Amino acid sequence: MSTPEHGLASKHTTGQVAAAWLRASPGPLLICEHCDTVHRGRALARGEEMCCVRCGALLQRYHALDAGGMLALVLTALLVFLIANVWPVVTLGLGTQQSSATLWGMILRMWSQGSEVIAVVAAATLFFFPLNKMLMLGWVLLFARDGRRAPGFVAIMRTLYHLQPWTMTEVFVLGALVSIVKARAYFDVQADPGIWAYGVLTFLITIFSGIDLRRLWDTTERRA
Amino acid sequence: MSGAPRAHELGIIGCHVCGLVCREPSVDDAACPRCGAALHRRKRDSIRRTWALLIAAFILYVPANVLPIMRTVSLGDIDDNTIISGVVELWVKGSPSLAVIVFTASIVVPMTKFLVLGTLLVTTQRGSNWALRQRARLYRAVEFIGYWSMLDVFVVALLTALVRFGFFSQVEPLTGVVFFGLTVILTMFASMSFDPRLMWDGPDHD
Repeated sequence: MSTPEHGLASKHTTGQVAAAWLRASPGPLLICEHCDTVHRGRALARGEEMCCVRCGALLQRYHALDAGGMLALVLTALLVFLIANVWPVVTLGLGTQQSSATLWGMILRMWSQGSEVIAVVAAATLFFFPLNKMLMLGWVLLFARDGRRAPGFVAIMRTLYHLQPWTMTEVFVLGALVSIVKARAYFDVQADPGIWAYGVLTFLITIFSGIDLRRLWDTTERRA
Repeated sequence: MSGAPRAHELGIIGCHVCGLVCREPSVDDAACPRCGAALHRRKRDSIRRTWALLIAAFILYVPANVLPIMRTVSLGDIDDNTIISGVVELWVKGSPSLAVIVFTASIVVPMTKFLVLGTLLVTTQRGSNWALRQRARLYRAVEFIGYWSMLDVFVVALLTALVRFGFFSQVEPLTGVVFFGLTVILTMFASMSFDPRLMWDGPDHD
């Protein structure tokens, strides 16, 4: 980790003790995002987490996956995402009639039924954002495997940071389960491959959510 | 409290986006040397923005609950459901455990967000030292659960796409669901614009 530490505490003399602490302890500087407390990072053992001493927020956690492992995960997720979007999620039967829905069928239907806002929100949080997230992450990781920075690295990493909270695939999966139960009272309900793919995707997303992408800034070099 | 210093005391600043630690810049609109994101010690106008978004979300939450979110037409019979009546129906005809999940996502989570963010804003504005660690944990919880409230919106959307049997049975979305979706988005923006560092700054901050 690169940290410009020269003359760090020269300007603000309020924290003389703190400055001494800063010089005394080794390791890269970590600043808690939730309370601004400064820590020294260290190498963590498997399964270990480092939390802020002041507010208890997570600072650092052990990463079992390297860039190659993460790339494999992203490619798997992309494949599953494709399956989840091509196959219908659920099929309803009423007498001889059948009706099934895919994600895009749902989005277009909401648009044509006058809930354009919801159609846009669903398209963004369930399709465009997750897809872009996987593609961008895959691109960055492809280069990060040999410690290089992909073309557009800085812009992509910033976009990924901002997209972070806006993907809602997990919520959609739970929504699909609720819909199935609601519909079951009136129709014959059949779960389609799409819902299983979404289930797997949720599992992969859970693994992803534990990964701190910021370390890619440290593990890659500016010039390849 | 603990001996660990805070970034400002050391004259350093952490980048929100990439986490780089740099010396605190003397100019206002400095950018992170590594990722180019704007560097600021605290989120800009955090308290005012959070209040504005939270109040807007609360205003939209009223029609979201009062107006029906979904219409079921079967054999000419029209049945409009609000969030609450949907939960009740699920409890009676479907599965009580899922009814609890939907109730939690649609009612408990948004209300908790309003209450928690409101409390955090008031205590932070007063520079209160009360239960700081617990308040910090509350904020992290609110950030984590926020987007699960979209559950009901997706349920309505999926049922609309599925139940298309014309005269026999048909589901249509109603305006309530739009208000509800917007409420969730606004509360998400509200919790993002709140800066938890301000809680630890004590009485004298901006």
